[in-house]
Amino acid sequence: MSRPPSRRTMRRPLARRIDDFLRDWSLPRQLAGQPHRSDAARSTLSEGLRPRLEQADTVSTTICPYCAVGCAQLSYVKDGRLIHIEGDPRSPINQGTLCPKGAATFSLVNNPQRLSRVKWRAPYSDRWEEKPLDWAMERIAQLVKRTRDETFVHKLPNGTTVNHTMAIGSLGGATLDNEENYLIKKVFSAGLGLVWVENQARV
Amino acid sequence: MTEVHARAQEHTPSEFNRMIPDESELTAGVRIEPGRSYGFFTDTTLCIGCKACEVACKEWNALPADDVRLSGMSYDNTRRLSSTTWRHVAFIEKEVRDNTQQALQSSWLMMSDVCKHCSPAPCLEACPTGAIFRTEFDTVVVQQDICNGCGYCVPACPFGVVAMDDNDGKAHKCTLCYDRMKGGLEPACAKSCPTDSIQFGEVEALQTRAETRVQELRDRGVAGARLYGTPGAEGATGGIRHLNASFLLVDRPEVYNLPAAPSRPAERIAPALGSGLVAVAGLALAAFALLGRRR
Amino acid sequence: MAQWDVANSDCIIVMGSNMAENHPIAFRFVLQAKERGATVIHVDPRFTRTSALADIHAPIRAGTDIAFLGGIIRHLLENDLWFRDWALAYTNIAEIIEPGFQDAGSGGGKFSGWNDEKRGYQFDTWQPEGMAMASAISEHYLNTAENFSSMTHKLAEHPPPEDRSLRHPMCVYQILKRQYAAYTPEMVAKTTGCPQETFLKVCEALARNSGRERTGAFCYAVGWTHHSTGVQMIRAAALIQGLLGNVGRPGGGILALRGHTSIQGSTDIPTLYNLMPGYIPHPNAQKPETSLKDYLEHETVPTGWWHNFPKYIVSLLKAWYGDAATGQNEFGFQLLPKIMGDHSQLPMTMAMADGTIRGMFMLGQNPIIGGSNSDTVQRGLAKLEWLVVRDMVETETASFWHKGRLVERGELSPDKVATEVFLMPAELGPEKEGTVTNTHRLVQWHDKAVDGPGDSRSELWFVYHLGRRLKQLYAGSTDPQDAPIQAVTLDYREKGARREPSAEDVLREINGYTWPDRKQVAAFTELKDDGSTACGCWLYSGAWPKQDHNQARSRVPDPPQGPGTHLGWAFAWPANRRTLYNRASADPEGKPWSERKKLVWWDAEKKDWNSPDALDFEPHKPPGYRPDWSHPNEGMDAISGANPFIMMADGKAALFVSSGLKDGPLPTHYEPVESPVRNPVHPATQTNPGAKTWGRPDNPLHEVGDPRFPHVLTTYRLTEHHSGGIPTRLVPHLAELQPEGFAEIPPELASALGIANLDWVVLSTARGEVETRALVTERLRPFEIAGRRIHQIGMPWHFGWVGYATGDIANALTAVVGDPNTSMHENKALTCALRKGRIPRPPEAAE
Repeated sequence: MSRPPSRRTMRRPLARRIDDFLRDWSLPRQLAGQPHRSDAARSTLSEGLRPRLEQADTVSTTICPYCAVGCAQLSYVKDGRLIHIEGDPRSPINQGTLCPKGAATFSLVNNPQRLSRVKWRAPYSDRWEEKPLDWAMERIAQLVKRTRDETFVHKLPNGTTVNHTMAIGSLGGATLDNEENYLIKKVFSAGLGLVWVENQARV
Repeated sequence: MTEVHARAQEHTPSEFNRMIPDESELTAGVRIEPGRSYGFFTDTTLCIGCKACEVACKEWNALPADDVRLSGMSYDNTRRLSSTTWRHVAFIEKEVRDNTQQALQSSWLMMSDVCKHCSPAPCLEACPTGAIFRTEFDTVVVQQDICNGCGYCVPACPFGVVAMDDNDGKAHKCTLCYDRMKGGLEPACAKSCPTDSIQFGEVEALQTRAETRVQELRDRGVAGARLYGTPGAEGATGGIRHLNASFLLVDRPEVYNLPAAPSRPAERIAPALGSGLVAVAGLALAAFALLGRRR
Repeated sequence: MAQWDVANSDCIIVMGSNMAENHPIAFRFVLQAKERGATVIHVDPRFTRTSALADIHAPIRAGTDIAFLGGIIRHLLENDLWFRDWALAYTNIAEIIEPGFQDAGSGGGKFSGWNDEKRGYQFDTWQPEGMAMASAISEHYLNTAENFSSMTHKLAEHPPPEDRSLRHPMCVYQILKRQYAAYTPEMVAKTTGCPQETFLKVCEALARNSGRERTGAFCYAVGWTHHSTGVQMIRAAALIQGLLGNVGRPGGGILALRGHTSIQGSTDIPTLYNLMPGYIPHPNAQKPETSLKDYLEHETVPTGWWHNFPKYIVSLLKAWYGDAATGQNEFGFQLLPKIMGDHSQLPMTMAMADGTIRGMFMLGQNPIIGGSNSDTVQRGLAKLEWLVVRDMVETETASFWHKGRLVERGELSPDKVATEVFLMPAELGPEKEGTVTNTHRLVQWHDKAVDGPGDSRSELWFVYHLGRRLKQLYAGSTDPQDAPIQAVTLDYREKGARREPSAEDVLREINGYTWPDRKQVAAFTELKDDGSTACGCWLYSGAWPKQDHNQARSRVPDPPQGPGTHLGWAFAWPANRRTLYNRASADPEGKPWSERKKLVWWDAEKKDWNSPDALDFEPHKPPGYRPDWSHPNEGMDAISGANPFIMMADGKAALFVSSGLKDGPLPTHYEPVESPVRNPVHPATQTNPGAKTWGRPDNPLHEVGDPRFPHVLTTYRLTEHHSGGIPTRLVPHLAELQPEGFAEIPPELASALGIANLDWVVLSTARGEVETRALVTERLRPFEIAGRRIHQIGMPWHFGWVGYATGDIANALTAVVGDPNTSMHENKALTCALRKGRIPRPPEAAE
């Protein structure tokens, strides 16, 4: 079993560290009678500390991708990169809260294991090959056309028009947007004649 | 009906260009200002053991997953607080029998444990470098740029919270999201908590809320309800006046693996010194007597 | 009901759901109600994190929910604890049913009309006397009488006959009493294993918290649907809520807790074989509806709101086929594919295994983990000619040809698998824009925050561009069978360098606009059946009601002072309504049943309805309106001002369901298809007679009480993981919380088999076996059923071989078995064997 990546520790040159330490060491200042909570005890790091959400240049409202409760999330973006996701305090559903899955949405989206290229496995091959997206789209279109043309039923023997193929199926939709489901049903079913169109609603 | 904070009306676009200022007011009903005392009140009777607090903490503080294996201890695969785990939900299974159930966790206890941000804080007192300090929000933080990894704070903590990290050799623990508080944000664990078992706010207000809540629960028949870490309660002992992170429990603290009577090492110095001197004198007397008799 | 409305309940029964674990944020409202004094009850086979917070945990043997709920129905009727004023006015409790009807209580577990040969019912005797009730989706047409359709038209002549004194032996009230006579507390205890005392506590709490001043709610999830009797479990709750008046009122109702973010949306705008958008039945070649005219004649209900049906289907055809849909060609009705029978996931599994299906798209679904009988699923994938998997990583389903159970056993290997596999990176929620529909019909728009990595694309992009390519490939064809793909419209604007189709344009089309000038319709009441409007889903009209107004993107919650319906937060279908049938919160005269539970009321001066919610009734229709039955009345004219259930043909909540269900007008306890015991309630009928089973060598079933498989097995989910597990097993912060598969075993059984906590154990069924770790826990209790001690074992089904948290696949144990109405599988209740130890694995596979 693989292990999750562990934290990389930050290393600074020894001389810098000694220098910083002498500057930041608060004990002499605290012993000199300055109270705990004054600036005396605060290090450079503490002094400059700010929440990274302040760096966001765009805050977008998104909806949690896990269950169906529909918690609103705020996605914080800086220079086109996602920096964090957390609960949207304005939502009457979650008012800023999130469950453990929702709280991990940033790690889901920002997951280093995610695919970024199309992989293709030829019949009887023992490996994946990377393929350009455009190549895959054209190849899939050709396969769909071939299978559809070989199996399409326009009319039943009794004359009823059925316009369907029983040889192609599509599974999935409950994790997708309404607009996506709409196009799947429209293109696959109303356009290509698929009848095996199903999603997780029965799972 | 669910109440959304009135200030939500000020931020109605779907997309905007900077974070909501003073967001803590919307999520915790409190504005965060330096010079005031802040902490947690964790009401275990509302805890559903979901571990959102653990995840929100690790996501915000970029802490790694560690020790990924099945513990066999109920649903507690986290096991303990550590240098990389600053929230830990403990699960305590008790016997489940028909019709013996009381509302609010009589049979399966769950509690989200965290650094207590003690007042006064033994770890801070033990820290020779000043790395551990009390912030402008009255919370206790280990400053990573100062910590030299001496480890004195580790045994000083009566709760076993502070821990050394093998990777960087420094002490780590919950910061009560110091960085977030500086930006007016509620700490990540409390913000995420689905049932408001973890409540964030000003310590005095939380203590008042805790007192009201425990009384109310006792009135409702939750016999074991008790506070931990509020002034005068269990957990606020041995020279610790109160815990900035206090708890409401429904059983004895030991059941949750919390010490019933934690104390500051500093508190133990004078009595320990005294009893040590007495012991030395006693031993000397005994030796004298024994030796004298032999002679 | 709106999720947040649960906070207004006085009694909440969570049943068929582990709400605290699987819907933690929704459970927030349960605890808010509890803080206001509500009683919280959890009825469940296991003691879970939900049970831990409840006032009462009522343990039941998996699959016996109807015995429990039937017991509640009997208790309410026998002790006269139902809300008489409400139920008499608003339900069909007084309706008189055909004299030939026999209930299952008197009929040995079967209703009148059973046909052994067809393994189905004739529905004639289930009808109101002298007429026939129409259901919204009239699939029942297939096995019913010839004159069924004309009989439904009697609804336009007069309402169903009633006896308001409730003395008529064939009125629904008397039928209910006979049907549930056997469901005594003793029988409930004997069947479910729940102690009588606990059962009665539940009945009393529910009854005490219903009526004028108080309301109760049921919350359920897949713990009810994953049964061969799943639909009837939900029906039983609906029946109880109808008796108690807990519908359409604040804090009352049934909350369905759904499992995927837009599983509601993908049912409304369905990627389902039997539906078209807005619950319009998909044309079926087996039905006598070969033309649009026939289809409209057979599917249009004469009375009630559904009478508007022709407007919705014609507008849908315009949205799909545009200019190619005209009055001259039946608006393109013939272009639609016709279904032939059941094409749901269970038969799909078999069709893949049989080689009928040659090419498959997997769009964010992972059936090796989530599908029943996982080995058969894997064999089916290996028979495909091509497979397109679109997901975030290489899922189990994408890797079946080189990893997994069958490869490990040597049954499959790359050199034996001919399937051409495409694995395409997909974008996730924050990387695309569009709407999801959450569990309480709330349609929420989400913004696009960033682009997905590399070549990852949205499904909108994929289907749109694949569709464009295919339209090009078919552009020159003159073959009539290619007309549908030529006709289907795909004229959305494209955005950016990736040429992403505009989700906004798609939502505008779903909402509907006039044709051809494309002005948005504000509501479905503006839709027409003459081709002058196009609408992708009538129920969503109002989501984009004006040219530049996306209501689903509205973010204005109510202020703290209320009213708390949050009409400014997103859009709830239909018509932005938060509580369905809210007219029922007022009495027949239009006065609220109580101030405490006020939601809708009639203002006699203004002569109009008032509500902080969007009214679910005909606007301005006075409570005193009564149809003039001296002549026929169609559509809403036939619905009186005191009948809130406008989607029903008679305007009433159906305690007794004459049409629409294949397995009986009333819920009846049947044992799960696999059970250790004989049916204690109806010994002559063991299982749901209509249950769908596929008896084949690759899907064997256990006989009742098979000694080889003595234990009950139930499968379930955990807070820390999500469904098929891919989006959580890959996230370290979640994987560490539940890092490995396990089975929960009661200590009594563990000790009898010498199993210690964390030991390896093997669970097996006739379909397959899995090894996992034992979690020995008091939270699973043995049951005493019919003098026998029955043990229950629980196993989460999230795990597989991908990710940081792994484990054997629970669905390798389950069978392809389905509910007769929905073809939903029965993975919540089956039987299994348990032993200590591990499964021997070949040495190279062991590591």
